[in-house]
Amino acid sequence: MRRPGTSNVIIRRRRRELVVGAILLVLFVLLPLPIGNTYLRGLIVLTLLYAGLSQGWNILGGYCGQISLGHALYFGIGAYTSAMLFTVLGVPPTLGMFAGGILAGLAALLVGWPCFRLSGHYYAIATLVVGMTALLLVQNWDFVNAAMGITIPFRADSWSDLEFRVAVLPFHYVMLAYAAVAWLIAWVVEGSRWGFYWRAVKDDATAARSLAVRVFPSKMAAAAISGFITGVGGALYSQYVGFIDPDSTLGLSLSVLIALPAVVGGVGTLWGPLLGAAVLIPVQQLSIAWLGSAGNGIDLMIYGMLIIALALARPQGLVSLLGVRSQAGGEVAESA
Amino acid sequence: MTAAIVLQVAIGGLLMGLIYALVAAGLSLIFGLMDVVNFAHGELLMLAMYATFTIHQALGLDPLVQLPLIALLLFGAGAAIYRGLIARSLAVRFNTGMVQVFVTFGLSIFLVGAAQLVFGSDFRAISDGVLSNRTVAIGQVVLPLAQVAAGLICLLAFAALVLISRTEFGRALEATREDREAVALIGIDRDKVFSVGWGIGGAAVGIAGVMLSNFYYISPTVGSNFALIAYVTVALGGFGSLPGALIAGVLVGLVEALTALVMDPSLKQVGIFAIYVLVLMFRPRGLFGRL
Amino acid sequence: MPDAILQVRSVSKSFGSVAANVEITFDVARGEILGLIGPNGAGKSSLFNSIAGADTPDKGDILLEGRRISGLGPVACTRLGIGRTFQVVRSFDSMTVLENVMVGAFARVTRARHAMARALEVIEFCGLAGRADVPAHALTPPEKRRLEVARALATQPRILLLDEMLTGLTPTEAQAGMQLVRDVRARGVTIVMVEHVMEVLLPLIDRAVVLHLGRKLREGSPQDMVRDPEVIRAYLGERYVA
Repeated sequence: MRRPGTSNVIIRRRRRELVVGAILLVLFVLLPLPIGNTYLRGLIVLTLLYAGLSQGWNILGGYCGQISLGHALYFGIGAYTSAMLFTVLGVPPTLGMFAGGILAGLAALLVGWPCFRLSGHYYAIATLVVGMTALLLVQNWDFVNAAMGITIPFRADSWSDLEFRVAVLPFHYVMLAYAAVAWLIAWVVEGSRWGFYWRAVKDDATAARSLAVRVFPSKMAAAAISGFITGVGGALYSQYVGFIDPDSTLGLSLSVLIALPAVVGGVGTLWGPLLGAAVLIPVQQLSIAWLGSAGNGIDLMIYGMLIIALALARPQGLVSLLGVRSQAGGEVAESA
Repeated sequence: MTAAIVLQVAIGGLLMGLIYALVAAGLSLIFGLMDVVNFAHGELLMLAMYATFTIHQALGLDPLVQLPLIALLLFGAGAAIYRGLIARSLAVRFNTGMVQVFVTFGLSIFLVGAAQLVFGSDFRAISDGVLSNRTVAIGQVVLPLAQVAAGLICLLAFAALVLISRTEFGRALEATREDREAVALIGIDRDKVFSVGWGIGGAAVGIAGVMLSNFYYISPTVGSNFALIAYVTVALGGFGSLPGALIAGVLVGLVEALTALVMDPSLKQVGIFAIYVLVLMFRPRGLFGRL
Repeated sequence: MPDAILQVRSVSKSFGSVAANVEITFDVARGEILGLIGPNGAGKSSLFNSIAGADTPDKGDILLEGRRISGLGPVACTRLGIGRTFQVVRSFDSMTVLENVMVGAFARVTRARHAMARALEVIEFCGLAGRADVPAHALTPPEKRRLEVARALATQPRILLLDEMLTGLTPTEAQAGMQLVRDVRARGVTIVMVEHVMEVLLPLIDRAVVLHLGRKLREGSPQDMVRDPEVIRAYLGERYVA
């Protein structure tokens, strides 16, 4: 029902978001072509991976308000499922990643069941402990080669196997597709009934209940979607790097790195995770490469300071700098 | 596996548990004060251990002698963290809870990097202190003196914390937690109370660090392990509860030690986590916590 | 009462040693505007919460269209047709007016387009048409009250419970509020209003139920309530005439 003067502000905004997303997609399709440097291309691949991962985290942490510090669990489940299916049963990762995603989604439901009735900090710590437990268990689980990890055998250049001997470029497009799909899922969900319900519960759960919002099922839905996206990312990672072990796929630093782009970029927003990944990942990777290679800790100091500075200076996220609708306070005045 | 061995392991676990309790008490105090979880708490422990080590190397002071010094140092560190970082993150207009989580996370990462820079990643240890390399024997049970001393000192420190909570300051702390706006009206300076609260939390973990450095290895990442156990301990005992921290700490220490006895030692923490999950399911706010 | 949409039967509720409601019984007729009044501490809020499903009565039943709703919880009660507002406005501050009302509309539809259409209609009905895209936290207090009503209305309730909706408004604002209530009733929604200041309510309501110290004191027409000696005594010490 469109009336002159009443709003289809929401509709227009959403169309705009799709247009911007499409433009960005085209840009990123073209981006690596003029860049020949393999390292830089790899940097972009990682950035895209974390953009997708953080978008997945954002669904639970940003929209739903449940700050998970144990998302590496879902990443690890995706990575290990895909890797095991490939190495043991020969299942191509293009299928294995969905298996990994689904298992990760189920794990998220399992974790959510007891944990969602915990408030704020209790919940964060519970997810932290769950993540650490998983790390500990996998480190000692011989079936998946425990702490020694799994090496993905290389057979031949193949798209269905997601393996390419030398070229990084195909992985760029794989990760771009991942980030794009993750973004699209977030876009769909943000404008759906779930999206509204999550934001309502986050603002005032009691009022939400008086409007027939069932809080627990809505959180479980967020968990499942979030876990799935993260799991798929893990599977893609395992093919990209070719080697996985507990520390690289289940550790706390990974959990934090999954959450950070969304936090820094703007939780509960569509562009936050992308922006945050674009800022954080290059800085983190470059400081490791240039400064931290001797293990002297400077890269960690920079990384730590950056987190503190961004969190304090822009708590509503970097998206607020773009005049984009930030999560607190509705529509920011449309900037030029 | 004789009864004596089990008893020895159990007592060892109990002593470690007292250390965990003190570390957890500091964390619980801070959370109880202002709903802030300090994710850099483990790094404060690490700081204390390195400080003890450095002063020991440079001035030859035994860790035991350094206790008051390090406690003071960590008191200052805790208060400084509050003033410099936490006060600012609480003043933030959006997403206060999340900002605070990630600010302390950033701090912990920063501190680990700084320790790596200054001291390198190699393990250090204090092996020539007054307490080092000595054991205490009670019947068939033999324990390292350093560990026994650590347990006792931590228990004393814990008692001191309880005493402080009963003083006027302790009541001001309690009042500030209950109603931050109201206390301003009766002249309690909230910032001062919080700074001191953080300072006490830091001092507590500092004492634990000094005693640990007598027998535990020192490295930039030593804090993270203890931190994890501290979070579990606090969640188990209940955020904001001192008696809860003590009971949970001892419980965690015992379970960890006994689990190592029956399982692969590298899995000893699984026992703790299992208990945590159980408590989570049936009593989410912990044994003595208030939601 | 024939054609009672809501039946409150011997509802009792205690909080610890405090008996908030003691054996309260009355009916609400379909399509009427009922005032639930009484001085502070009379037990209006706890009765209100019991009807809305936010609390469960210790004893007694509450029936909506003959169906027992006591103890079902707020979500189920809303689905069955109970809408409510909150005394202290609980808007979703990070969302716009339209989005707030859409949350309510989603109780009946699943697609966002449909929810938006219904929400826009309700927003216009409640007089907030020009403010649809304003963030809820930026509304004036009377507008926030309208938003509360609009949101609850979007869930298509059969009976709407209004919690002190007119308290603290200027005379002009109160008049506008009362007109809104009449308009809502004209839509076919039965209304129960809780107020503790009587004179505001008297011109608006069809009937009144007066509570005092947890019990039902009287029920009847507003004119009878005003003259009833028991009711006057209950309010003794309170400013009765503004």
